[in-house]
Amino acid sequence: MKLRVLGACVSLLAHIAAHGAAASGVAAGGVDALDEVMHSLAQRRHGQVSFVEQQFLSMLKRPVESYGELIYDAPNRLEKRTIEPRPETLVVDGEVVTVQRGRRSHTLELKAYPQLLPFIESIRATLAGDRAALEKLFRLEFTGSEMRWTLILTPLDAQLAKAVAEIRIDGSRDELLKVEIRQSDGDRSLMTLRAHSGR
Amino acid sequence: MNTRSPWIISSWLVGVAAALWVVAHAHYINDLSAFLPAKPTHLQKLMVDQLRDGPASRLLLIALEGGDSETRARVSLGMARRLRNDAAFSIVENGEALTASRDRDFLFAHRYLLSDAVDAGRFTATGLKHAIEETIEGLASPAGLLLKSLVPHDPTGEMLRIIDQLSRNRSPRTQHGVWISADGARTLLVAQTAAPGSDTDAQERDLQAISGAFDASVAEASGVQVRPAGAQIPAADSSAVQLKMSGPGVFAVAARAKIKRAAMRLSIVSSILVVAVLLAVYRSPLALGLGLLPVATGALAGVAAVALGFGAVHGVTLGFGITLMGESVDYSIYFFIQSLHGGTGGPPGDEWRRRLWPTVRLGMLTSVCGFASLLPSGFPGLAQLGLYSITGLIAAAMVTRFLLPELLPLGFRIGDVSALGLRVGGVRDSICRHGRSRLGYAACAVAAVAMLLLYRHHDTLWNRELSRLSPVSPQDLRYDATLRADLGAANVSDLVIVEGAGLEEVLRGAERAEAVLRTLVDERVIGDVDSPADYLPSLATQEARRGALPDARTLRDDLKAGVAGLGLDLGQLTPFVEDVAAARQAALLTPDDLRGTSLAAGFDALILHQSDRWSALLPLRGVDGATPDIEVARVAARLEAARLPNTMVLDLKAQTDALYAGYLQEAMRLSLCGFLLIVLLLLAALRSPLRVARLLAPLCLAVLTVAAGLVQAGQQLTILHLVGMLLIVAVGSNYALFFDAEAAMQRSLNSALTLASLVIANICTVIGFGLLSFSQVPVLVALGTTVAPGAFLALLFSGLLIRRDPPVTADAL
Repeated sequence: MKLRVLGACVSLLAHIAAHGAAASGVAAGGVDALDEVMHSLAQRRHGQVSFVEQQFLSMLKRPVESYGELIYDAPNRLEKRTIEPRPETLVVDGEVVTVQRGRRSHTLELKAYPQLLPFIESIRATLAGDRAALEKLFRLEFTGSEMRWTLILTPLDAQLAKAVAEIRIDGSRDELLKVEIRQSDGDRSLMTLRAHSGR
Repeated sequence: MNTRSPWIISSWLVGVAAALWVVAHAHYINDLSAFLPAKPTHLQKLMVDQLRDGPASRLLLIALEGGDSETRARVSLGMARRLRNDAAFSIVENGEALTASRDRDFLFAHRYLLSDAVDAGRFTATGLKHAIEETIEGLASPAGLLLKSLVPHDPTGEMLRIIDQLSRNRSPRTQHGVWISADGARTLLVAQTAAPGSDTDAQERDLQAISGAFDASVAEASGVQVRPAGAQIPAADSSAVQLKMSGPGVFAVAARAKIKRAAMRLSIVSSILVVAVLLAVYRSPLALGLGLLPVATGALAGVAAVALGFGAVHGVTLGFGITLMGESVDYSIYFFIQSLHGGTGGPPGDEWRRRLWPTVRLGMLTSVCGFASLLPSGFPGLAQLGLYSITGLIAAAMVTRFLLPELLPLGFRIGDVSALGLRVGGVRDSICRHGRSRLGYAACAVAAVAMLLLYRHHDTLWNRELSRLSPVSPQDLRYDATLRADLGAANVSDLVIVEGAGLEEVLRGAERAEAVLRTLVDERVIGDVDSPADYLPSLATQEARRGALPDARTLRDDLKAGVAGLGLDLGQLTPFVEDVAAARQAALLTPDDLRGTSLAAGFDALILHQSDRWSALLPLRGVDGATPDIEVARVAARLEAARLPNTMVLDLKAQTDALYAGYLQEAMRLSLCGFLLIVLLLLAALRSPLRVARLLAPLCLAVLTVAAGLVQAGQQLTILHLVGMLLIVAVGSNYALFFDAEAAMQRSLNSALTLASLVIANICTVIGFGLLSFSQVPVLVALGTTVAPGAFLALLFSGLLIRRDPPVTADAL
């Protein structure tokens, strides 16, 4: 039975994701502007942007770069389609995560792998304008104006904090411009989003 | 013969005792070999091995339905825990990550022996550069985030490679840690039994064990202790959860129970009806009891003859033999009615013995000729049925002829049925009088219409698929297909088999075969292929991989050259260099090393070991759900071209169907021979082609009409219909012979009684077989729907077409 082995693979990935050190807390700021931004984000039913992501890993002397598309469909479908350097698609639909590479596709349940939640929910719930969902996982700190805002998310759960120290999202009105994920082990990734041209 | 002859009774007793001894000491076999040719080809033998012991035959699909998914998950975990502790199950899978960490540790520790990417080129400066480049690219992917901690130990990505190797197949998604169907309606488990699928008793026990584990887990899930047996579990969430099972074992157990139930119910009902009819006719319990002697003796003699002649008796012979010699019940009916009532004052039976026994004897010999055609069959099942019926009929006729008269008390009388005979005779006479010449034309017309109907369907007349005989209902098959789709489990019907004298040999063969089959995967001829060597490579391959690992100094040098410019700090890779050094010293893996991981089960499922023969099984998958069928011929051609020794592709369904088609073909040919034999026998006995033709015409007409009726009703004919037709001729020949004898003698002494005995025998036959038509078991239905109307039509046609005509030839009887 190869079925079991796939489970091993998935939990392997999740297991590794859970590695990390403890996180530090960030003070939250209560803001009305946050509600306004959330409201305008919630109006968007569909969005497609291209992204460029840089990952700064301690073991590598220079960042790894990738680019692709990010597609969002309200209320809870998020697709990250990496084109370069290696085509790979990650789809989060409700509670189900599907990773597709080549002809292979792996499906796993988000609930079973809470370690993945901060990486996914930070972006998805923000795109959905779902403040309640964000506050379930993170402490929120909102600064700036509707035209130019920054949302800093800090995991509430100690377990999640082991993987992710802080997520910083920059945006303008109902658009996300930049997502920076600082992992607890010091590695970080920076994703820059750009409104899709041509389509 | 006025005095009783004790030697008849004593020799019967001796015969019965001897037969009983043989039957008690006979060897009985209850597997598929009855349907396997006596001299099977190698492929046929492989196929039967697969059906009997193969991994597919041992797979049970389990679904939990109803209730909420969380409760189902708890039940699933509880069941899996219980079943894993049960030695009757070699694999229990429900998707939980139970052995995941053990699997992970095992795969990681032995990654350099298991990864198919490991070869000499992999660890040169260039090879390392490519592999590490790819790993760094992978780090940029969504999953990459999760992989980075692996890089210092495994910069070439062997672990991911192995995981890919082992997880090519789609697996169900999980919810609450266990597998569920795509629509979320079912929670899924898979169990593989240790016992072969052909061991129906063991399968039944295993199914009970699963039910038991389910009950206990349901009780546990609702936090309620299991009460003593029979007590109801208090209503809780978990009581809404239902257990459903499917798979070959489930089907086999259900089919056996169904056949048993149907046979039991039908035989009880038909016994009651037949006994009621006979009691009403005989008005003598003694006659009823004596009437059973010929059948009982015949059945006993039949089994004994098969045991002596074949060395072992197949279950199918026991199951169907008795139906084939049902005709022997008629013998005693003829005897009692025709001889005892209104006898001419002589001792019981004398008159019958003189005037009517020759007719019964000829009828019996006709049937024997019919069944003799089965004897030379290449299939033990058919040949045994032939021998059984021949012996049984002869024994029954002998008992009727010699024993029954001896056992009758003097002055024995049964009820008067001549009124029935007279009434039926009157109807018959009036029809014949009114339609004298027209009856012949009507018969020709019926025959013509029947043949036309049969001709119109001649392409699809015979069903050549074995599944047609399967007692599994279409709903159950659909449910099975649904579960298989849910589980992503292939319906293992196409597989490549590599045979050899040892494990290492078949593993090497499997590796070579897989390499060839991979080209077919790329060409999308097949979707994928599993191989035991994916779990445990052959020692030769492992050795080659271990040999490809460089020593630490070479590796460091190559790394330095390869990694330059990749932006990777060499110091980070010290764990890698250490791991490779350790792997160079490590022992090669054997099946024992797999114990404790889930890989063991996967490996065991694909290796078959029978005494000194080993087989590696490589199941093939369809390209996708839309095209599950595989062009086996292309696979065969590719394997052929690669000249792999002892490697062949097996399409289980096509093979079984081909086997059955051969079976059917042979049975048809043999039946025709049997028919010819009957013609020759009758020609020899009656010495009149005209009489033989007149005698056989109604029987042929009955067979044609029934066949046309079945085809018109949308039935495709199977081998059981063919056997049924043989029975129509066997039973009907008795009717025809009586009418023929009556016609030939011009005036008959007891024509009313003869007619009455025929009608009563016919009623019994129609009751017995007619009831079979109401069962849910296809083989029984086929037999019943053929024989019941056929026997009735044979009597009707014989009565109407074989009439007192101007004298023909001298009485040959």
